[in-house]
Amino acid sequence: MGGPFVDDAQLEYARRLAGETTGPVLELIRQHTTVSIERTVLRLFGIAGAGSRGVPLANLLVDRLHAAGVLNKGAAYWYGRALQMGAASPMEAVERLTSVPIEKLPALAPEEEAKLREDVRDEARAAVEDLRRRVRARDELRSELGMPEPPHKYVIVATGNIHDDVDQALAAAQGGADVIAVIRSTAQSLLDYVPNGATTEGYGGTYATQENFRIMREALDAESRKLGRYVQLTNYSSGLCMAEIAFCAAYERLDMLLNDAMYGILFRDINMRRTFIDQYFSRRVCALAGIIINTGEDNYITTADAYESAHTVIASQFINESFAKAAGLKDWQLGLGHSYEIDPQRPETLLLELSQAMLVRRCFPNAALKYMPPTKHKQTDIFFSHAYDVMADLVAVWTRQGIQLLGMMTEAMHTPLLADRYVALKAASYIHRAARGIDREFEVRDDGKISERARAVFREAIELLEECRRDGLIAAIGRGRFGDVKRAELAGKGLDGVLEKSPDYFNPLLELLEAN
Amino acid sequence: MPGTARQIIRPYGDRRDDGVVQLSFTFPVPLTEKAKEAAAQFVRRMGFSDVRIAAAEPAADNYTFFIIYARSGMYIDYSEIQVSELVARKLDFDELNRLVEEKFGRRVIVFGACTGTDTHTVGIDAILNMKGYAGDYGLERYPWFEVSNLGSQVPNAELIRRAMQKGADAILVSQVVTQRDVHKENTRQFIEAAKEAGIYGRTLLLLGGPRVDHRLALELGFDAGFGPGTKPSEVANFIVHSLLKKSGQEPKELHYQGEPQ
Repeated sequence: MGGPFVDDAQLEYARRLAGETTGPVLELIRQHTTVSIERTVLRLFGIAGAGSRGVPLANLLVDRLHAAGVLNKGAAYWYGRALQMGAASPMEAVERLTSVPIEKLPALAPEEEAKLREDVRDEARAAVEDLRRRVRARDELRSELGMPEPPHKYVIVATGNIHDDVDQALAAAQGGADVIAVIRSTAQSLLDYVPNGATTEGYGGTYATQENFRIMREALDAESRKLGRYVQLTNYSSGLCMAEIAFCAAYERLDMLLNDAMYGILFRDINMRRTFIDQYFSRRVCALAGIIINTGEDNYITTADAYESAHTVIASQFINESFAKAAGLKDWQLGLGHSYEIDPQRPETLLLELSQAMLVRRCFPNAALKYMPPTKHKQTDIFFSHAYDVMADLVAVWTRQGIQLLGMMTEAMHTPLLADRYVALKAASYIHRAARGIDREFEVRDDGKISERARAVFREAIELLEECRRDGLIAAIGRGRFGDVKRAELAGKGLDGVLEKSPDYFNPLLELLEAN
Repeated sequence: MPGTARQIIRPYGDRRDDGVVQLSFTFPVPLTEKAKEAAAQFVRRMGFSDVRIAAAEPAADNYTFFIIYARSGMYIDYSEIQVSELVARKLDFDELNRLVEEKFGRRVIVFGACTGTDTHTVGIDAILNMKGYAGDYGLERYPWFEVSNLGSQVPNAELIRRAMQKGADAILVSQVVTQRDVHKENTRQFIEAAKEAGIYGRTLLLLGGPRVDHRLALELGFDAGFGPGTKPSEVANFIVHSLLKKSGQEPKELHYQGEPQ
């Protein structure tokens, strides 16, 4: 394994800085809810379909409550009011609540109010128990069939049509893929609703819908049984619907989700408050459902320079870890992201990349870690590109990455051909097989380039964390400290979907998630 | 050049004129002897001879991946190939800055963005950001260029409006996502918007992306297109030469090394 580089006290210091950085943000999170969180609560109660014009029922109802100025009591409360008014099904609840002037409903007597909450809590408990049963079924299949040793080889499908995605995913699984990611349609992250049903038209990817999740997971279950090894599925809990996607994914037994505390702010210009609040709730769902999150620090070094900005990755990983732990996630669920992106024209890049990946492993010894391939400096010479990817395969196995997204030799040209995935999987299998255990055979010299670089990057990461703690995370983002992207607290998309909770706010799902 | 002596060339494998070509493709059938024969016949039908299947691999249960070497009897008379004559040498970073200072005496104003729904800023960042690409500085680094990179998912009209406010000399549109030709649709809209705004034919309009080439860009109504592997200095050279031509300070027929073709 890579050297210690830094002592345990320094790691504790980094974690303390991260904790003091996320603390004030967690306070903001506790006081607020969002339209996406409230829609998630309604989905738990089975309000999951779409209305006549394709508008999801959860949106229909939450928008109505928001417009009436009563959403800050919690959608669950109003769902309870609908039940109390005699609604016999989730559909009837929607009908009742959208047909009366909610703001004019009289207050209930205290004992009626208490009973309403108890009834809704009972229903939430039953729904969460159902969710747990589904998650257990996934876990049982996973342990029955087993998974190979990490790094788990992760490949992407992106046809736009869920049925074509299934064909490509099965082919990839047969070629040796351990994790299938279905790329989302371009800009789905900016939709403030989750589309409904199976979809066959997408741009640059396939819409994330609960039905598409179900179709893909069922196909992979059957293929896993055939192959005698469990093939994992991942999607994207990011953008304006982090919380809802997490719930849909949990229900349909997905294994992983891309989920980052700051990615939406930086790279999708989604409002800061909205993202922080949503990421907390979505991670609570992931914690309950045993979903591994994949964070997006690799993106920082596709915009900023990978050599100059290496420390921002480390600092952000500590922050992401702190937010994740506050939401109840365990170490094994932390696929903290980083990547092989230093300009290959520089000398000694293998040493630099090893240094960075070893440092990440040193800082997060028990995390899953998600390693990303080169993209920014990829060339259209596919033979060079293939050799370049293979170096990332070597670093991944050397530093015991949990998850490795495989580079494609046609990166920078087109969406991968079926054969591109096959070639990448074959090469990665070879490298992982050939070099497994190499970390135990070689010690990194303490006075060498790898160690010196790791110590220098860690020092800078500490300085950045100190700045974040001193001036606040929001100010640091405002200065463009992460990914060279500057964002302001009250700018960006989705701020109008953020609400301060009323003193009698009611969210039995959150209660159960936090008690988990 | 026409009229000169014929110069016959063929692909060079390891002997002059052996005509050796590498091919690779996938058939949607399981790997069997029949699949291999089908692949060989397919390659022969394309006009190749001496077909050697180097690899036939089961990429999946129902897909076979082939790597094939074969010879082609085709040849090309190199003397008949016509492309625009190279006249000027490509200028480097300092030469280009000096030229702008000398000829214009003001900074060249460039705006760029990924427009429409495209969220992939890798291409536009490589061209515009300080850092640049493959050791070639981005346009922001040129002291005689003033660059605004608006990022991703910028509406076409917004890019045009902001560029007009600053009196931009050139607008760069980057399109990475090309699924179902979404890039063509969006860029057509951009050109329509540029016409409505009255900057079409006045401001240089440049298109870039992994599936873009110069010809496609011209068809869509742009002044130039830049495909994969384009270096920022190539874009900078194009902008400066085009502006010099527009202002009559350089002959229209002038061509230079690295010009998009």
